[in-house]
Amino acid sequence: MLKISDTEEVIFSPELISKFNEIVARYPEGKQKSALLPVLHLVQAEYGWVSTPAMNKVADYLDIKPIEVYEVATFYTMFFLEPKGKYVLEVCRTGPCSIVGADKMMKYIEQKLGVKEGEVTEDGLFSWRGVECLAACGMAPVLQIGPDYTYYENLNEAKVDELIDSLRLKTVEKPQIN
Amino acid sequence: MGRKLLLEHINVPGINTFEVYRQKGGYRAVEKVLRAMSPEDVVEEVKKSGLRGRGGAGFPTGMKWSFLAKPEGKPRYLVCNGDESEPGTFKDRYLMTHIPHALIEGMIVSSFALGANTSYIYVRGEMMPQIRILEKAIAEAKNAGFLGKNILGSGFDLELYVQPGGGAYICGEETALIESLEGKRGNPRIKPPFPAISGLYNCPTVVNNVESIAATVPIINDGGEEYAKIGLGRSTGTKLISASGNLNKPGVYEIELGVSVEEFLYSEEYCGGIANGKRLKAVVAGGSSVPILPANLILKTVNNEPRLMTYESLADGGFASGTMLGSGGFIAYDEDQCIVRNTWNFSRFYHHESCGQCSPCREGTGWMEKVLHRLEYGHGKLSDIDLLVDVSKKIEGNTICPLGDAAAWPVASAIRHFRDEFEWHVTNPQEAVSRNYGLAHYADPLPKLENVAAS
Repeated sequence: MLKISDTEEVIFSPELISKFNEIVARYPEGKQKSALLPVLHLVQAEYGWVSTPAMNKVADYLDIKPIEVYEVATFYTMFFLEPKGKYVLEVCRTGPCSIVGADKMMKYIEQKLGVKEGEVTEDGLFSWRGVECLAACGMAPVLQIGPDYTYYENLNEAKVDELIDSLRLKTVEKPQIN
Repeated sequence: MGRKLLLEHINVPGINTFEVYRQKGGYRAVEKVLRAMSPEDVVEEVKKSGLRGRGGAGFPTGMKWSFLAKPEGKPRYLVCNGDESEPGTFKDRYLMTHIPHALIEGMIVSSFALGANTSYIYVRGEMMPQIRILEKAIAEAKNAGFLGKNILGSGFDLELYVQPGGGAYICGEETALIESLEGKRGNPRIKPPFPAISGLYNCPTVVNNVESIAATVPIINDGGEEYAKIGLGRSTGTKLISASGNLNKPGVYEIELGVSVEEFLYSEEYCGGIANGKRLKAVVAGGSSVPILPANLILKTVNNEPRLMTYESLADGGFASGTMLGSGGFIAYDEDQCIVRNTWNFSRFYHHESCGQCSPCREGTGWMEKVLHRLEYGHGKLSDIDLLVDVSKKIEGNTICPLGDAAAWPVASAIRHFRDEFEWHVTNPQEAVSRNYGLAHYADPLPKLENVAAS
């Protein structure tokens, strides 16, 4: 993952731009703003979060005002407006998950990673947070990890251990988005 | 065994691929509509089927289609609502994961009926794996000549795209979804104008749920009248029910509408009873927004008739003693669950998901969450209970979109049916944090499995 500060200028790679172009082609002429959400997902997949310079660049690219990007990025909860761990464990905390042990799972993850909700582990690898219903209630408790948003279902402590250990060992490869 | 229309081939290996789906009779509906039917014929069949919107509102799909304006020189759009986020609901994810071509086929049929040449499937952003699956399915269908220009030589063109959301429950509301698809915040629009007149890019637009669109395939294959023979009264056809909570067999089940709640809960064909040999305390039958009912009222109506899985039977008794089928998100609570805690959890959800446009919802959901939090953690007052009812009444009906109602109903219904549990949290704050109130008088004795099988 690229590390960037919130002041550094962002330059999108030609590969990324060509992915943007593909997306913009899905909408009628002049409606390129529709590409905003998919483009922000690609930016987050590339950089791990959505910084202000990146949002400004997106605004340039889509020929819209920066505020139009900020208001969207701050509205949708999937976009991180500050750097997070490489792997963000997002645990569903809503009703059906909650009654079959999601609260316990979050406590366990907090204890295992040694960081509070939203914080990043010292090695930069992990963050975690509770999120609202992930539409996997029959396989509860459940968590997901971006940027490919793989779901991990029917969680218990052993599965969380195994998951975190395997992520620690995993070689760095960039998941493909669009 | 009930008839399966959507999930008939769910266990066939490779059914997620075009090849196997086609071998099992897939894309026959597309061939039928493009070769032998006019768009009006298709709308007529869907009307005859009695299909009602499967996203939660239950509005007749054929009627919704017939409202679509057809002004000269303006494109029309079909947008599929795959923003499945209603707590307790996970059927669309299941369908898109395992039988993506059922949705693609339904999109082609429906787009033809509506005269849409560009259609979008809006899928919640968290479902990136499903987005990949759908994109692959679209590529396969296009490769086989079922999408693109001049499909099957009929002169009908269709391009299909998948659009990711960004993690906002409100985008399941159709006008918020349209805003989001236009690259904006998901703020619902004031209606009228309805999307059928002015929707996506101010063009006439139909927004339908994933399951509704997939259901057009068997409707076209077998005919609307055949479809309408399944089910009971105005609840025609089959419905996917997402079963979760304290059940032996949680999961997605396709039921013929009209199955009894008791059979659905306790028979081996469906949920297999309450997990760990416990007793049922309560059920939320149609996703978190619908009123929660205690076990006795979900199994039988106040007239002591068996409650059935239909739009009408679940609503029997109004909100005083009934609920709604909603999206079919069926959450079962066993005797160990705390109703106050669950209500607080749902209130937190609605507070988190309120778009913030309307004051009653933006402020009210936050107040309800706070008051419920203090009740759950033993700092509540008896007057808080009526305060909650008061706030919920002031949200309900006073907002642009139904999220306000959806936030108010779970709170109002929990207090209506479980008031003594709320009061107990106030009068026994110490005990309330350490133990569970239990069943009290909420539940009838657990029905025995053999009785269910015999009936």
